[in-house]
Amino acid sequence: MFKIFKYSFFDLTRSSWSYVYFLFYLLLGMVLLFLNNDLNTAVITLMNVIIMLVPLIGTIFGVMYYYNSREFTELLLAQPVKRSSIFLGQYFGVAISLSISLVLGLGIPFAAYGLFKSPAIWDFVMLLVTGLFLTLIFSALAFNIALSNENKIKGFGYAILLWLFLAVIYDGLFLLSLVYFQEYPLDKFSLVATMFNPIDLSRILILLKLDISALLSYTGAVFKQFFGTSFGSIASISMLVLWVVLPLLRIAYVVRKKDF
Amino acid sequence: MERFLIFLSLLLFIPTLEAKEIVVCPGCEVSSIKQAVDLANNGDTIRIQKGLYKEHDIEIIGKSLTIIGENYPVIDAEMEGTAFRIKADNFSIEGLHIKNIGTSHTSDDAAILVSRSKNFSIKNNRLSNIFFGILLERSSEGDITGNKIRSKARSQANSGNGIHIWNSKDLTIENNDIQGVRDGIYLEFANQCDIINNICRENLRYGLHFMFSDHNKYLENLFENNGAGVAVMYSKFIEMERNLFRKNWGSASYGLLLKEITDATLKHNVFEDNTIAISADNTNRIDYIENDFLSNGYAVRIRGACYNNVFKRNNFLANSFDVAYTGNINENEFLGNYWSEYTGYDLNKDGIGDVPFRPVKLFSYLVNKTPEAIILLRSTFIGLLDFSEKVSPIFTPAELTDSQPLMQKIKW
Amino acid sequence: MVSIKNLHKKFGSQKVLDGLELEIKEKGIIAILGPNGSGKTTLIKSILGMVIPDKGTNKIDGKDIKNRWDYRQQLDYLPQIANFPGNLKVIELITMIKDLRGLPARDKELIDFFKIEHFLDKKLTKLSGGMKQKVNLVLCFMFDSPLIILDEPTSGLDPVSLLRLRKFIQQEKENGKTILITSHIMDFVEDVADRIIFLLEGKIYFDGTVNELKESTQEPDFEHAIAKLLTKEDV
Repeated sequence: MFKIFKYSFFDLTRSSWSYVYFLFYLLLGMVLLFLNNDLNTAVITLMNVIIMLVPLIGTIFGVMYYYNSREFTELLLAQPVKRSSIFLGQYFGVAISLSISLVLGLGIPFAAYGLFKSPAIWDFVMLLVTGLFLTLIFSALAFNIALSNENKIKGFGYAILLWLFLAVIYDGLFLLSLVYFQEYPLDKFSLVATMFNPIDLSRILILLKLDISALLSYTGAVFKQFFGTSFGSIASISMLVLWVVLPLLRIAYVVRKKDF
Repeated sequence: MERFLIFLSLLLFIPTLEAKEIVVCPGCEVSSIKQAVDLANNGDTIRIQKGLYKEHDIEIIGKSLTIIGENYPVIDAEMEGTAFRIKADNFSIEGLHIKNIGTSHTSDDAAILVSRSKNFSIKNNRLSNIFFGILLERSSEGDITGNKIRSKARSQANSGNGIHIWNSKDLTIENNDIQGVRDGIYLEFANQCDIINNICRENLRYGLHFMFSDHNKYLENLFENNGAGVAVMYSKFIEMERNLFRKNWGSASYGLLLKEITDATLKHNVFEDNTIAISADNTNRIDYIENDFLSNGYAVRIRGACYNNVFKRNNFLANSFDVAYTGNINENEFLGNYWSEYTGYDLNKDGIGDVPFRPVKLFSYLVNKTPEAIILLRSTFIGLLDFSEKVSPIFTPAELTDSQPLMQKIKW
Repeated sequence: MVSIKNLHKKFGSQKVLDGLELEIKEKGIIAILGPNGSGKTTLIKSILGMVIPDKGTNKIDGKDIKNRWDYRQQLDYLPQIANFPGNLKVIELITMIKDLRGLPARDKELIDFFKIEHFLDKKLTKLSGGMKQKVNLVLCFMFDSPLIILDEPTSGLDPVSLLRLRKFIQQEKENGKTILITSHIMDFVEDVADRIIFLLEGKIYFDGTVNELKESTQEPDFEHAIAKLLTKEDV
């Protein structure tokens, strides 16, 4: 698998898209920091960007890379290489190169700004960690979609739909159900509902750093236990890990049965 | 016999010395403070040397004494009653370590209880494991400075206040450090007091609490991690400047709680990381000028019946909610503040945004109705909702805007 | 060498392989022919393990290939459409495949033989169809495996290269290899094939030498013999 990863990765480091992504984050980081001059607000804007764009870019990039490397895949399938190694190798190639673009693109301007001496460093680290998780998760989901759809257009369509659903629609339905059932105790429900959406999970992880004061305004004991102790962070991170592992297991499972 | 001799010798000395000094130490002739107080006359100094003094209910009535502790002698009240009970003018207590004041439901036992006194100073004492720390009643013209008060209050019903002032005036409370009591500093019917540069931390209820107290100032204090930083209730003409309110966290936690107060100014205060920085209920004619609100859950929560409150030149930075508002606009005004959430533009480059800013989000209404919805804070869907509400307000008061939002953070 | 028993494969509702049985023991060149959609490519891909059969067994050197990949170490494959990852240079592609296999390779010899040294440093997207096919051939023959599968090896080649390829295939045959070929160019097949396997509707319709085919169809011309096989079916 490592060899496949290596080639996918080098293939991607030559693709202009990786650089576009990298430059985009570099520019974003610089604009946010040097025009805004306030680390706290920059981190908040960055969070909005990360929970929207990282999943979108992860999905699109994942699907695109899968379809674009069909020939490469075919070439590899005839070679003495394990199938799951081929696909997981390619997946990690995409996911890691995206992650590096993200970390470098945001890290450089923030480092230049003197972040390491600032207390906001942990907020920023949390942003990067969730950004990395989202990249891993959404490229894995994209691979799953692409594997199940030979038709490129369909695959792209489903991928965008998935993103739209998790990024926006899910929360809309979530809010609706909260408002509709507001007579009932909803704190457990809302925590569980959060667990089923990786974007919400990442948001909560960042909120635990940025907006803990607002989160604690709610009186429920369950919330208090979740947000007030390290339980919330641990639960969210474990769920995110699960969100990475499960799609990868499915990739390994599907490619064992798939015809090419 | 011995006592008689001392008494006799003292009697002999009185005519020659205007004011004498009595030294108290465990091995000295005068080995208890009570004894010293009994021996002392108006204007005398009692010098208490280092050591442990298991005494309580030391009463100083009508004597102007200067009590000085050397290297913090320990006065252990052994959980029985008040340590010092003073009713005198022109006295001072300095450098003592008073501890173990027991909780009582029938009397307000304190480390130092002062009543009907005038012109006094309580300075640089350490109070630990106390019920009430320094309790003043019907007194005036006193200085309470540099005291360090520590206790471990667990429930509001079973704890007292660090500095408790009732029906007094013209006091200066400065440089005290109060931790772990019910209210750090409590004022009831106290007027013309200056509360300066104190630190109130981790107190069960409020860092500083005003009830029916007018014409007071509190400046340059730090309120951190209390149930609520400061509560100002039923009071008038309060000046609040250059204070720092930090990390007052919890479901009923405020940086500053204003209730039924009028004619006050808040200037150059910093509110940081509070669940609710300011909650205002029934407040009239309050000027909020050049304060910083940084990373609070709610920066300002206006409840009902607030009239003529003015917010000018404040910085609202990275709060979850800048303003939550209940009721009508009621001549409250937001003008010329800096809002980090503002996304407008400034074409004529005068430093003022060309589009008004609406500080109230639809989401704050939703959270008010369905508190669990707070979990959706900063989600994209909520962002879209808030955006559409900003474009065409339906739920939030349309006229609640800052028509001159500043483009740059205000430096004051 | 290759032993296929009762192989079934459906794509959706379409039956592609229908109880196919094939035994290849001998060395030499075996041509797999048949009309479009007769299952040639599926057969090849199931030997390669790219298509997973619904039913039946597929053994190579006596071992079932199901869920295994190591047997491909002893197998070379020339895909029909020579598509490669575009970002790579030719030489990088060759190095990569060598790296993946980890076996000694005769790449220098083949680069020389197929005359591709002058575009080794070009990116694969910049190559013409014929050039790509040559690269494809080099990649395929590099490892000197005992079993070679060629899917349309002649496509896109100029006459000179075609001659060279024929020569090479003959050479490989003499080296004692088993070579499976599909091709549409009948005189190429007639020229090189030792055995013809004709597929129709997922089954083997004819299995024999060129001469046996001509005899059974009573057509002296190979191309006509093939055509006759098809028309006979139509009747």
